Amino acid sequence: MKTLYDATLNQTAIVKSIEYSCALRRRFLDLGLISETEITPIFSSVLGDPRAYLVRGSVIAIRAEDAKKILIF
Amino acid sequence: MGLTSNSTGTSLLDDYTSENYDYLIALAGNPNVGKSTIFNSLTGMHQHTGNWPGKTVSNACGYLKYNNKTFLLYDIPGTYSLMSNSEEEEIARDFICFKKPNLTVAIVDATCLERSLNLVYQIMEITQNVVVCVNLLDEAKNKGISIDLDALSEALGVPVVGTNATNKKTLYNLKRTIFDVCINDNVSKLRDVKKTELIENNLSKILDGDNTELVSYIVKKCSEVSKKVTHTTASDDKSLTRKFDKVLTSKLFGIPIMLLFLAIIFWLTIVGANYPSKLLSNGFNFIQEKLLLALNYMHIPQFVINPLVYGLYQTTAWVISVMLPPMVIFFPIFTILEDLGFLPRIAFNLDRCFKCCKTCGKQALTMCMGFGCNAAGVVGCRIIDSKREKIIAMLTNCFVPCNGRFPFLITISTIFVGALFTGLYSSLLATLTVVLVVFIGIIMTFLTSKILSKTLLKGEPSHFILELPPYRKPQISKIIIRSIFDRALFVLGRAIKVAAPAGIIIWLLANINIGDNSILHYIANILDPIAKIMGLDGYILTAFLLGLPANEIVLPLILMCYLGNNTLVDLEDISTIAEVLKANGWTIVTAINTMLFCLLHFPCSTTLISIKKESGSTKWALLGFAIPTFCGFIVCTFVNLVSKIV
Repeated sequence: MKTLYDATLNQTAIVKSIEYSCALRRRFLDLGLISETEITPIFSSVLGDPRAYLVRGSVIAIRAEDAKKILIF
Repeated sequence: MGLTSNSTGTSLLDDYTSENYDYLIALAGNPNVGKSTIFNSLTGMHQHTGNWPGKTVSNACGYLKYNNKTFLLYDIPGTYSLMSNSEEEEIARDFICFKKPNLTVAIVDATCLERSLNLVYQIMEITQNVVVCVNLLDEAKNKGISIDLDALSEALGVPVVGTNATNKKTLYNLKRTIFDVCINDNVSKLRDVKKTELIENNLSKILDGDNTELVSYIVKKCSEVSKKVTHTTASDDKSLTRKFDKVLTSKLFGIPIMLLFLAIIFWLTIVGANYPSKLLSNGFNFIQEKLLLALNYMHIPQFVINPLVYGLYQTTAWVISVMLPPMVIFFPIFTILEDLGFLPRIAFNLDRCFKCCKTCGKQALTMCMGFGCNAAGVVGCRIIDSKREKIIAMLTNCFVPCNGRFPFLITISTIFVGALFTGLYSSLLATLTVVLVVFIGIIMTFLTSKILSKTLLKGEPSHFILELPPYRKPQISKIIIRSIFDRALFVLGRAIKVAAPAGIIIWLLANINIGDNSILHYIANILDPIAKIMGLDGYILTAFLLGLPANEIVLPLILMCYLGNNTLVDLEDISTIAEVLKANGWTIVTAINTMLFCLLHFPCSTTLISIKKESGSTKWALLGFAIPTFCGFIVCTFVNLVSKIV
């Protein structure tokens, strides 16, 4: 199963489903991150984690563990 | 997600019975859309407005009178959605669901309509009477974004009003619309009548956990509508933002650039503050001489003149001349970085380190706020969601030297380290010392956070999801005015309020003798043994204790202690301060230890009160006092021991 964590930089992925916990769900909903949303990893931080993703026009930082909860096509 | 009696907010309306108003209005919206500004202008109240999310945590209310009708307005906390667990969102949701306001005004940000509409749709799912207020139209216009308000109204099926919160004229429209809708109840005419049943259905969905379908529907709708009504004409500067981000977050340059920025700020402050400081000091000395002449001429007795001039006036003058120039330089530069959007990148880069300490990367943002003022940093910890991580961030915030402590660090490092060289090297070396001190503070923050996570505040790191906003061109003139008047003068005013009485007290302590020695001498003697272990002396420790209300006055107090009733007043520049300190046995080790203790000691009383308020318990405030002081004691003792051995 491919997750957002596996997505390569600058390659747009499409969200399949999200295995979220309650607290995480809140944040993802705020961002409009739902299934079939396009998401692109655009750069990673100095130490590699977290990475920055482009979602619906805004740039969002997400930690590796949280990215692993997002399944992509 | 169950509803408890205390989460429904029934107690909210206790003071406002239905006899006092005709209509109940709720103001809702995303954080930072100017909600509080609109609320203030409508009600004529002065609720504090600020620029960080989480400022309004509970409902504020006020009356609006229009055409002989009275409206009770509720400013509910800014939220992105209504469907989650956080405190603010629960307050917002419960108010709209259960208080059933006659009208909910949903305030949206014209500069990012798609995101804002999410909340509007959610509100429309649970209540019928909604007016959408598109705020920040002027800002959007500057960015080349125009919004077709009529088309938006048609798409949403509710009245839409455009406003600029800072321009009062645009608010007349809003008032009239609120009035019209309440009187005529004409919202439901616009909307589908069948909607009422749907609302009942959706309400239970929103309150339940199972709402993925509904959210997906809303998100799609938002992007559809915002595309239809928004027209962007500005050139796309996204690629530039991306380039900056690449450099700032690269493995090679990321950390060095951050440290370089920090060093440049300090260097500019050190170099720039020197001359005006001298000028101010000379000016105050001149006034002091004239003041003394005048008071003596009026035959005012010496026991009144002395505490007033050598206590009150002199301490206040020192505080101003030592603090004002660095603040006037430091605050605007720092605000520019804030406005640029640089700070979230720092949090982004450092998050990995915070994760290692099992805390949240947003702690970096609160630390940055701490550079300005630790109390502000503690209040800023509201942006951290997890309670555990929030308390860790609050307790460790004072490891970042605030603006009240910078002048102290800068002066001491200029005297004792900078003086080893001359010219440019001197200021560079002094800068390096201050950067090193800040670096030690950051290391201590990580260390203490990690220890707290393993002991008192056990737990795993929660989530870190942070928006990195596009870089914005800072409005320099606005920043300079805002940061000098709002911040620098405010902080200075606070310092003076404390310095003036403290000046008198310390003068009295130094000049009232019991037996052969002054009271100050006795206090210093009691503290001396502990201070000696840490490589300080009793007077320094006394000054830190007396400086509890405001750290800004510590250096003037130390000087005061040494000078006692000595009438040496011509402290016209740094070299004179250096002579006084050296004459009282200061060595480079004393200087290092004093700087370390300045970094690692109990925060000011305002910060402690903020910790108590924000954490809701005295226990954390006490720990907020004890932890840094303990760290300072250990570090200073260690340095002292090492210096003795070497």
